[in-house]
Amino acid sequence: MSFHIDSAVHKKRRSQNLGVAICLVLFIGLIMILSLVKLTNAGPVEGYDHAPRPTLTEGASE
Amino acid sequence: MTNVQSLNPDHEPVFGDYIALMKPRVMSLVVFTAFVGLMAAPVSLHPVEAFAAILFIAIGAGASGALNMWWDADIDAVMRRTKLRPIPSGRTTPEAALSMGAALSGMSVVMLGLAANWHAAAWLAFTIFFYVVIYTIWLKRATPQNIVIGGAAGAFPPLIGWVAATGSVSIEAILMFALIFMWTPPHFWALALFMRSDYDDAKVPMLTVTHGRPSTRRHILAYAILQASLAVGLAFTSVGGLIYLLVTLVCNVIVVKDAVRIWRRDEVDAEADDFKVERSFFKFSLFYLFIHFFAILVETLLTPYGFGGWS
Repeated sequence: MSFHIDSAVHKKRRSQNLGVAICLVLFIGLIMILSLVKLTNAGPVEGYDHAPRPTLTEGASE
Repeated sequence: MTNVQSLNPDHEPVFGDYIALMKPRVMSLVVFTAFVGLMAAPVSLHPVEAFAAILFIAIGAGASGALNMWWDADIDAVMRRTKLRPIPSGRTTPEAALSMGAALSGMSVVMLGLAANWHAAAWLAFTIFFYVVIYTIWLKRATPQNIVIGGAAGAFPPLIGWVAATGSVSIEAILMFALIFMWTPPHFWALALFMRSDYDDAKVPMLTVTHGRPSTRRHILAYAILQASLAVGLAFTSVGGLIYLLVTLVCNVIVVKDAVRIWRRDEVDAEADDFKVERSFFKFSLFYLFIHFFAILVETLLTPYGFGGWS
């Protein structure tokens, strides 16, 4: 079985599809860079689950 | 909203038609004023966050433009200035404008909240709601003060830019909002004086039709004086300075002088010279906001070198 390709419609919609594709790629890129900036500027991340957070215990011992 | 002609069968919408739905020329003013609002704020964002904030404010503005074109397609079709827009010219459908506008509205608000803060996102959501529901759907066809109300929606971007950076509203943000708010009505009323048939044909209650042209001339003068007061007042806040003060004084002398000339003329004088003064007022007001916000930007950029601001 082969797909029938309506070339005229595909050609007409090429600009639309290309524009949407470029926008999506740029959007994904922006989200990635934004996430990187947010994480970098967020200060140290403390990944301690079910355990006392080091900064809290350090503060309490002072 | 009423039905308008359907999609032209010979035309497949291209990407540019969807960009046109977002009113790119209006977006350029939104981008510029939001950028100045963000830059002039005393808190600086990371460049990526600032870029994202401006982008999502612009997308929000574009989305509300698309929703405006969806609702106003019937009147756009009868006005010379708007009949070549994508929907009345059959290049795209009202449904496509509605879908695109609704989707981009939601996306821009959420993304601005994530990129900057939720206070700025709430202002953007309110702006879209105000422009689409309060102005376009409710009041545009119901009151001759439609331009005043629509002007408020267009005045929010510098305030949103400021809030994106600082997280709160201040007197500077309010004055930047007020300047655009006061600038909009006389700008469009001057246009209505010399493009008389357009709004009449569309049955949009413009002041020129409901209250008469002499009343419109008085309104232009009153708003021009208020606009000048606010513009000069902005010079004495933290975003102003000597450069801005000189620029605004020159600009507002021109505006008030032209507004007085418009007020003193009658229709016979205006038609005799093909609305020369009204056209001149309108043309200058096209640059007025750009000049003011550019002066604020110059003050901001010169401040680190000891030249900008009052200190």
